[in-house]
Amino acid sequence: MSNRNGIKYYLKWLFCFLSTGLIKNSASLFLIIGFLLPGRVNFSKSLLVGSNQYFKTIKSALSAANNGDTILVYTGVYNEHSLLVNKAVKIIGIERPILTGENKYEIMKIKSNNVLVRGFLFKDTGLNFIYDNAAIKLDSVKYCTIEENKFTNNFFGIYLSRSSNCVVINNELEAFHTKETYSGNGIHLWQCREMIIKNNKIKGHRDGIYFEFVKKSEIESNISYSNLRYGLHFMFSDSCRYFHNYFTKNGAGVAVMFTKNVDMSNNIFEYNWGGAAYGLLLKDISDSKIVRNQFIKNTCAIYFEGCNRVTTLENNFLENGSAIRLMANSMDNLFTRNNFIGNSFDVNTNSTRSYNTFESNYWSEYKGYDLNKDGIGDIPFRPVKLFSFIIEQNRPALILMRSLFVDILNVAENIFPSLTPKTLIDSKPKMTKYL
Amino acid sequence: MNIILKIIRYQIHDISRSKWLVFYTLFFFLITYGLTSFSNDQSKVILSLLNVSLIIIPLVSIIFGTVYLYNNKDFIVLILSQPIKRSVLYLGLYLGLVIPLSFSFVIGTLVPLIILGNKIPVQFTLLIFLFAAGLSQTIIFVSISFLIATWNENRILGLGLSIFTWLVFSVLYDGLLLLIINVFQSYPLEKALIGFSIFNPVDLARIIVILKLDVAALMGYTGAVFQKFFNTNLGIIISIMCLIGWTVVPLIIGKRKFSKKDF
Repeated sequence: MSNRNGIKYYLKWLFCFLSTGLIKNSASLFLIIGFLLPGRVNFSKSLLVGSNQYFKTIKSALSAANNGDTILVYTGVYNEHSLLVNKAVKIIGIERPILTGENKYEIMKIKSNNVLVRGFLFKDTGLNFIYDNAAIKLDSVKYCTIEENKFTNNFFGIYLSRSSNCVVINNELEAFHTKETYSGNGIHLWQCREMIIKNNKIKGHRDGIYFEFVKKSEIESNISYSNLRYGLHFMFSDSCRYFHNYFTKNGAGVAVMFTKNVDMSNNIFEYNWGGAAYGLLLKDISDSKIVRNQFIKNTCAIYFEGCNRVTTLENNFLENGSAIRLMANSMDNLFTRNNFIGNSFDVNTNSTRSYNTFESNYWSEYKGYDLNKDGIGDIPFRPVKLFSFIIEQNRPALILMRSLFVDILNVAENIFPSLTPKTLIDSKPKMTKYL
Repeated sequence: MNIILKIIRYQIHDISRSKWLVFYTLFFFLITYGLTSFSNDQSKVILSLLNVSLIIIPLVSIIFGTVYLYNNKDFIVLILSQPIKRSVLYLGLYLGLVIPLSFSFVIGTLVPLIILGNKIPVQFTLLIFLFAAGLSQTIIFVSISFLIATWNENRILGLGLSIFTWLVFSVLYDGLLLLIINVFQSYPLEKALIGFSIFNPVDLARIIVILKLDVAALMGYTGAVFQKFFNTNLGIIISIMCLIGWTVVPLIIGKRKFSKKDF
């Protein structure tokens, strides 16, 4: 009997029942619905894995499982590597069982939709540059969830490729590499769509979170710290958002490159120190927003290279080496309602012209007055000092910082600007800082 | 030794009555008090103080020293008629000026910090560094001022020379450095610059200030070179040796001049 005939048959049957008034109570109604949706009925079972359970290994449980089953893994150490998950199962660890890759292999590979992995400790995948060994690798899947796992000493932590609509939540990843070239990324996404990365803690990997060719995804409330290279490495990932994250003490801070429509808000960038370290490095970014972030004590808070139409709004720049380094190839960017407090240099640029707008910011360096008491300084502020201009071309001149001579030069340049960009001014500097 | 102490005691007694010293103390008191009551971050206060004192202390020390020696010419001649060795007199005069100046600087900054001290926690390393920098500037620039005053009989010339010396150390030297940096742009200059800055006591103190204050900006190759030098024992020893050199050399030359001088 074909499917369509089947539906017809059921409908006829239902109609008979209703019309004859045989149904009086809801219990029999449920019975009928049960018959009506035979395909939806799910007699899922739980498979128990453990030293005292029916299944001794996860592998045997996986091969016995059907779609929709739950595999409960009791605590213990499982030396099983290269687990292939090709059924839609829930794999749940009880009291954090340990899966180890014995410093040679990758641990779990997911190739089915609707898989959930929860409550494990993944450790010791070996180094392998051919297979990019990962603790969990998801390839071409949808609707998978990785939650509440811990990862230590892995090459790659969670590796997602060509996948969509997956969730990575509440995981803790830690690695102990010392060299960039011998370490992998914490959470690695390549060619994915509509993913959610939330509440994870990542430490000691090469890049904490790595995004390449990812679309419409969200990175929320993660803590990424002490990674060897970037806290977040983000490329070719249009229309993504990251917010409420905390990036600190990463080798080179956070890099966002070659992307349109990125929304960066409410993040904290702190203590990213070093010659090539940036709180936030922006390269070829356009039509994006940087809103309400905190930049604290970075060597360089934001570095703009080849950025167009980026709005920097309501951020706090506190005690950075230089708050903003604006390269000459950036245009039509807007900086407004930010607080610049106690930075060694507020704005550095390598150009004598500027096609960007600075407006209504608060600058702690501003020494103007406000006679009409409208909260806006009466004379414009020039955030680019002559000295910062010299530094940009000639780093060793840093040795003259805070010298009386340099102060005199800065004052002279401020009165008669000749080298610093004349158009780079804040014509409405705020007298008191934004709260 | 006894005679030196006597001279020093007299000097301190004499200078303490000088209204300029009171002004000097009051200046530091007001600056420190103002900064402390406006800011909650004591490390910031101390670093701003350091910045101010790097300009003010050399200026005041060098001018005060020169003027003092000229003004007390009669007293010096009188003392020289007594059986006192000239070198002892010179050293006595020097210490007799350095001690009250240093004292007024320390009192001027320490008292407000103690008064408002319970408002904010004390940063001891920075505080010690502040006093070390201030005292070394005082010692060095009084020594230079004495040399200038003994060398030149002409008061106007002497005073002009001391102001010029201050200008050289605080401003012109840095201008020269900037010129060198610009001319030799394509060479790695970091190590040479450390060498140059060691020979200027004001720069030396200033660099240690920026190493503390602008750590974030100094990151990178240049900063790393400075940091590496000034954080090693060798760097610290060389710096201290230079500061001692700046005190002792003018003092010895000045003393020799003073011993041979025909008053």
